[in-house]
Amino acid sequence: MKTAVIVFPGSNCDRDLAVALEQVTGRKPEMVWHRETALPDGVDFIGVPGGFSYGDYLRSGAMAARSPVMQAVKEAAGRGVPVIGICNGFQVLTEAGMLPGALMRNARLSFVCRPVPLRVENSQSLFTAQYDANEQILLPVAHHDGNYQADEDTLDRLEGEGRVAFRYLDEVNGSARRIAGILNDAGNVLGLMPHPERVVEPAHGGTDGVRLFLGLLETVNA
Amino acid sequence: MKARVFITLKNGVLDPQGKAIHHALEGLGFSGVNDVRAGKLIELDLADGTADSEIEEMCRKLLANTVIENFRIERLETASA
Repeated sequence: MKTAVIVFPGSNCDRDLAVALEQVTGRKPEMVWHRETALPDGVDFIGVPGGFSYGDYLRSGAMAARSPVMQAVKEAAGRGVPVIGICNGFQVLTEAGMLPGALMRNARLSFVCRPVPLRVENSQSLFTAQYDANEQILLPVAHHDGNYQADEDTLDRLEGEGRVAFRYLDEVNGSARRIAGILNDAGNVLGLMPHPERVVEPAHGGTDGVRLFLGLLETVNA
Repeated sequence: MKARVFITLKNGVLDPQGKAIHHALEGLGFSGVNDVRAGKLIELDLADGTADSEIEEMCRKLLANTVIENFRIERLETASA
């Protein structure tokens, strides 16, 4: 599987994601700078990493979403290439219009940085096929703007179409319906605030994130 | 010419920063504050003759996230020197 990780000025989880992808695929991902206008040929998977792209200026993810490389990411997603946006990457994907809704300042204003329990709400997606239905997992979060909001119609549609991939078990950041991660309508774009790439080997204190990447590998290679 | 863009959260969208400011004002003894909403002001220095429609496009494409925010444009007509 040939993977790519997008790098913006201010990304800081790009290398963590690269290490996780290399561990799972056995192949180093291509690191793609935000000014590129095309992705490497034959990319099977694109990761938009966490961090503080452009210093969170204007709104978290707003500037990155308009950077040249995102046009290529949108086109690839349109062709069905799986795209994951983690943390700031989720913010970038919503700002780019690739996922509905918006991520706002945490309801209690504080930066939240701790492992949080989640429920896998949809275990049939490209990204979650290796998890059991309704399985509870523990992934770390580290964000200031993770409060997912969308209008009621959008929330109902996401729920009805099985596009809520992960849900917080406890109150974390004020997100509507405790949504932690969502899929696009085609099911090949996932955005989530928790960091699966930070729990992929026992030394990390957990391995609940690794099956997300293993599931993708299996789907892409199938 | 200059224009100001006021960006505000839509009604009904929770504004944690506005709430914190509200609490701080109460802490300072200002008891008559019913609510606080925080927004942004962006000042644009534009080429003369920039159309309203172009400024609106700037707002929709970047300056505001219309999922959660409203924008209002105010043109400042400056006497040309």
